[in-house]
Amino acid sequence: MIQRLVVNGRPREVDVQPNQTLLEVLRDTLGIFDVKEGCGEGVCGACTVLLEGRPVSSCLVLALALRGRTILTVRGLEREGGLHPLQDAFVQAGAVQCGFCTPGMLLTALAFLERHPRPTREAIRAALEGNLCRCTGYTKIVDAIEAYAHGDNRDG
Amino acid sequence: MYSLEYAAPETLEEAMALLSEHGTDAKVLAGGQSLVPLLNYRLARPRLVVDINGLPLGGAHADDGWLRLGALTRHHELEESPDIARRCPLLPEAARLIGNVRVRSLGTLGGSLAHADPTAELPMVMVALDARFTLTSSSGARTVPAREFFRGYLSTALAPDELLTEIAVPVTRETGWAIEEFTRRPGDFAIVGVAALVSLDRRGCVEDARLAFAGVGDRPLRVPAAEDALRGEEPSSERLARVAEMARDRLEPPSDAFVSGTYRRLLAGVLCRRALGRAVARALGVP
Repeated sequence: MIQRLVVNGRPREVDVQPNQTLLEVLRDTLGIFDVKEGCGEGVCGACTVLLEGRPVSSCLVLALALRGRTILTVRGLEREGGLHPLQDAFVQAGAVQCGFCTPGMLLTALAFLERHPRPTREAIRAALEGNLCRCTGYTKIVDAIEAYAHGDNRDG
Repeated sequence: MYSLEYAAPETLEEAMALLSEHGTDAKVLAGGQSLVPLLNYRLARPRLVVDINGLPLGGAHADDGWLRLGALTRHHELEESPDIARRCPLLPEAARLIGNVRVRSLGTLGGSLAHADPTAELPMVMVALDARFTLTSSSGARTVPAREFFRGYLSTALAPDELLTEIAVPVTRETGWAIEEFTRRPGDFAIVGVAALVSLDRRGCVEDARLAFAGVGDRPLRVPAAEDALRGEEPSSERLARVAEMARDRLEPPSDAFVSGTYRRLLAGVLCRRALGRAVARALGVP
């Protein structure tokens, strides 16, 4: 069945099987490899994408159920060919080790900061509860988000 | 995931027709946060998935002392809606504890109740509130009280051709409320959870008390004897502690690979005492 999606601002039409998840369609059909597959049961947060601005596990969304909705992956954060300021903050803080959790961390953090623009450190930690970093680099990830939220490199 | 067929009915009538035609071969897809993991791990193998997200089953409205919630109400709506919080503050307190933020983006009230995990927050809360569920099929609708809806581990009063369409909870404006739970990690299903509701009369004595537990049996459980022991009494901390012990002693939680029944029982007593304390403080107007 043909399914319409808007991925990172671009309307796409893809042929989708009823048993395919959004994660599979993004990676296998559209080649968007910044979305990672971790646990496949919605626990690890590696496959996080923003669906109409809210974080979802793309491994737990049937692609056919999307009906033309809007999806944002890390690739869509790019600004004029460069990194998004939060990505810059991750680089500055050394918040990336193996990098597998990073896309999910970035998107979860951005969706959270939309609603809570000046969060406490505790609130940032709570917001990331559902995103696992198996390198256990949490401290620097929280540092990066805190620096971005309270710093002057804030975007918009 | 095994291959499957997919249908997205646009009306309740179409959905009912599909469910009565396909029976146990069909599975209802709401938020997908319980069903899709089961599909991914091939633990569920429905021939047909009936996606109900296009049905008009959202929204909340109050009438005659009840708050009526559509089955497709998402957890994040329970968490964030000021209207829901004002009428039934136990719901946002429960919703905040569910899974992770991604589960709360998509997961639905009706889905969680129909899935009936005995350690989940919402079934426990519905049993505490004596909520009433509307179950609809092509032959009509019936209302089932929460305590009769949950039948056992992941099993409910829903027939294969029925859909849970509406959840009615009593408006509990004057009531103190609290949920306490213990999890191994944030966002996990609770090892034990307890929901407490306490209302006080003008003398400050307990008018009504409700206690519901999750994780201590194959379904959420009330402990009526402990509730009775609070009614009419002054809610002193000694009394609350005794009632919590009484509730604990009436539970026979099972052991599993992670936690012994003895430990669950101990937790139930401690969490019950804390929940009662917070519920009483809120009933007294302490923020």
